[in-house]
Amino acid sequence: MIRPNAASRSYAPNGKTISEKGGNLVEPASIYAQIHQFANRADPYSLYAELRKTPVARQEDGSYVVSTYEEIVALLHDPRVSSDPRNLADPPPYEGLPPSFISTDPPEHDRLRRLAMRHFGPPHAPRKVESLRGELLEIVTGLIDGIADRTRADIVDDVAYPFPVTVICRLLGVPLEDEPRFHKWADEVVETLGPGEGDMAERVKRRQAAVLALGQYLGELAEAHRKNPGDDLLSGLVADEGPDGSMSHLEVISTASLLLIAGHETTVNLITNGMLTLLRNPWLIERLRQEPDLVVHTVEELLRYEPPVHFLSRRVALDDITIAGVTIPQGSPIVLALASGSRDPAHLRDPDRFDPDRPYIQHLGFGGGVHHCFGAPLARLEAQIALRELTHRLVNPRLVTDPPPYRPSSTLRGPRHLVIEYDRVLPYKPVT
Amino acid sequence: MRVVVDLTRCQGYGQCVFLAPDVFTMPGQEALMYDTGPDDDQREHVLRAAAACPVQAIHVGRMTTQHRTLRPEMAPAATGGDEEFKRNGRIVIVGASLAGARAAGVLRRDGFTGSLTLIGDEPYQPYDRPPLSKQVLSGKVPAERTLLPHLREPDVEWLPGTTATGLDLSAQQVRLADGREIGFDKVLIATGARARPWPTEPEAALDGVYVLRTLDEAQRMRQRLAAGVNRVLIIGAGFTGSEVASVCRELGLPVTVVDHGPVPLGGALGRVIGAVAADMQRAAGVDLRCGLTVASLEGDADGRLIGARLSDGSTVEADMAVVALGAIRNVEWLRGSGLAAGVWGVATDAGCRAFDINGLVTDNVFAAGDVARFPHPVYHYQFVALEHWGNAVAQAEVAAHNMISDQAHRWPHLSLPVFWSNQFGTNIKSVGVPSFADELVIAQGSVAERRFVAVYGYRGRITAAVTFDQAMWLDFYRRLIEEAAPFPPDFRTVDRRDGIRPVPAEVPQRIKPAEGATVVVTGHDPAERRVTLVRPQR
Repeated sequence: MIRPNAASRSYAPNGKTISEKGGNLVEPASIYAQIHQFANRADPYSLYAELRKTPVARQEDGSYVVSTYEEIVALLHDPRVSSDPRNLADPPPYEGLPPSFISTDPPEHDRLRRLAMRHFGPPHAPRKVESLRGELLEIVTGLIDGIADRTRADIVDDVAYPFPVTVICRLLGVPLEDEPRFHKWADEVVETLGPGEGDMAERVKRRQAAVLALGQYLGELAEAHRKNPGDDLLSGLVADEGPDGSMSHLEVISTASLLLIAGHETTVNLITNGMLTLLRNPWLIERLRQEPDLVVHTVEELLRYEPPVHFLSRRVALDDITIAGVTIPQGSPIVLALASGSRDPAHLRDPDRFDPDRPYIQHLGFGGGVHHCFGAPLARLEAQIALRELTHRLVNPRLVTDPPPYRPSSTLRGPRHLVIEYDRVLPYKPVT
Repeated sequence: MRVVVDLTRCQGYGQCVFLAPDVFTMPGQEALMYDTGPDDDQREHVLRAAAACPVQAIHVGRMTTQHRTLRPEMAPAATGGDEEFKRNGRIVIVGASLAGARAAGVLRRDGFTGSLTLIGDEPYQPYDRPPLSKQVLSGKVPAERTLLPHLREPDVEWLPGTTATGLDLSAQQVRLADGREIGFDKVLIATGARARPWPTEPEAALDGVYVLRTLDEAQRMRQRLAAGVNRVLIIGAGFTGSEVASVCRELGLPVTVVDHGPVPLGGALGRVIGAVAADMQRAAGVDLRCGLTVASLEGDADGRLIGARLSDGSTVEADMAVVALGAIRNVEWLRGSGLAAGVWGVATDAGCRAFDINGLVTDNVFAAGDVARFPHPVYHYQFVALEHWGNAVAQAEVAAHNMISDQAHRWPHLSLPVFWSNQFGTNIKSVGVPSFADELVIAQGSVAERRFVAVYGYRGRITAAVTFDQAMWLDFYRRLIEEAAPFPPDFRTVDRRDGIRPVPAEVPQRIKPAEGATVVVTGHDPAERRVTLVRPQR
């Protein structure tokens, strides 16, 4: 809820917070900084609980971190919040490509997203994702077959990473054999997304170089698809002419970059976090074997409990926004701590318990509002199929190290490796 | 299986369409259509869709409630109240549609274990009406497949096909048409409304003249549409009339819509936004005739409708006519009960307790849903009656809660009105009371593209917002209404096209709270003064 005028605060130009009530508002900034420290990657959740004590917390750098469920939902649906970094008081340098729909606002956002959705979902292609089900199962089956001759595997390298990458490549029309090339660029882009350690200018430079290299690669590919169209999204984007017209060449590149990166840097975390959670709760693995449909709610609860995306950090206040008693000044960056919001005890009971039997699971795993995750239906389906097959086919799976080693990013958070041992692998059997 | 989507909550994310494309469809960018009773082979898909809904608006086989929609695990609300009554009391609910069924479920959920009787004059279990003018009429869903999922299996004595004919407050009895009398400690009036028939009876009786409110009426209309029609005449361009026009065009049928106002939907949304609806209808091929009325319906020698004569002397050839002139509240059975019930409905306080004819609030008679008229503090305490799905649900929950609570634990029904309509591939949503306005602005989007947010204001504060295919922003504006935020909105937003330029809202004159209520006051001593209603002559 937006609570107007609950407190009267002002902000001095030097960035220090002044509270007329003399409250200690600077302290939470250090909590937010701690969350991004690599040492806390394995368990940021106790820090989120601290963070939520100040639902809207101003940071040293002038950004505002929002960590409670209701406030996050309100801001996701607040038209005074922009996703376009060009609206920042201190806008970032041009990255060499037009912004994709994730960093534009309506109406531009709506046009680009509608054009992309024509090849992915309703109203134009409602059956697209559902039609991939058989193919997805085939890919997962092949990957699990690949670890059948061993009793030890890395869930990340052997299943959770190659699976969504194969899927997004087929969907987009990107040759899988180019994976080593674009994987490096995608990693660069992701790891320089959120706040982190290291020199900012250096990070920006690296990010820009990766964006351009990926863009060049996809631009050439788009050209090839224009001449030789296939049954893939990239071909659709270059050839399509709908009620909204078509995308420019650069817009196609931006869109394809976004989908390629998002399509394989996030689902890997969802599947890996899922497997980690199940292995920490072996009773659930047993239940999933008995009740295959339970995987649907298991994945929803995962999106709440161990989501692949923890922060949306590139939002901007277009006007002064008063929320939870704090006024976010126009031009300020806003960070939405999605993973914290989904564990807000004011939103649901026992938020730190993993419970797929909750009657209604409403989470921020895919964000919300007009920027709600474009690929959500595909990510869901991938995670459901992967977790169902893994739990059904691995006999007596167990964790080797807990916690596992994590990837650097605090925003797209997930293990770098998840090494498990098992007795053996059962052959694929259709779930009845 | 039974499926209902709370379209008040739905924001058009479309996740259900991805997951169950045979059950959920999106004919436009946001307008959702769904099969209310899919076959069991769709079960897995539907359950997946329900699990994936970002706003958890899809209910399969059961319904949740608004106040604790997402927190069913949280402790039930405290009621205080008379424990003996909660254990062994007698509650009778008259009216077995959305509000009545909802109230029954909430009573049981919140611990009322006494006897609970649900009286409904239709032979069906409670069903969902909004799909009747859409999915059912278009033939996508058979009418009998619109039954509502249970809130829970309420242990109620359900009397279907039973008409209540009277309410005796002193004897605490509901009289039934068959002569039975059902005793109660508390009663909930949820008898709703019925379609206003064509006023001239012989013309209304012509073969081909229809109204649309009930399952049976929808079924008859569907059969007629399926049998083939040359032209449909729709009398009245409110929401029902416009939705029927939309379905008829979807079916490829020629349609003429006649409305006495200057634009369709003008009564609810005003002339400015109604003009957008008019464009939408004409673009879809509707022969829209505004500012006219139907003077008479014409039949042939066999009593079949052949056309209509309009107030300007012109004629329309049509073999089917849909009378969509609004609703009449079902209050006749309350005549002589001593309640303040009339054409305006049953007047209640904000806690759903009915007023008696003297304006005294009763303590054991409650009303909810389309039949109730209650004072809304946000709208100058004016009495409002809301014929919306969401209001029936929210008000029934408040009524049920208050029926088993003591004064200290009672809730006021303060939720802002929200309604939606799907027509011509567009999702229209509204929050607040748009007719309570003197100006409006297009705050986001573009009228030309038919994707916009219109914000309505009255004397410098925001009182309503209407969206066309922009439902995701509605909650933001709901909060502004609740905060009495200034109008015109003076902040910057995304998708602001050409500044904020308020224009006159051109909403119709608001109907007075209890028009038609003429009373005679008798007695001199304060202990003796009483009121008698004078019935209108017609």
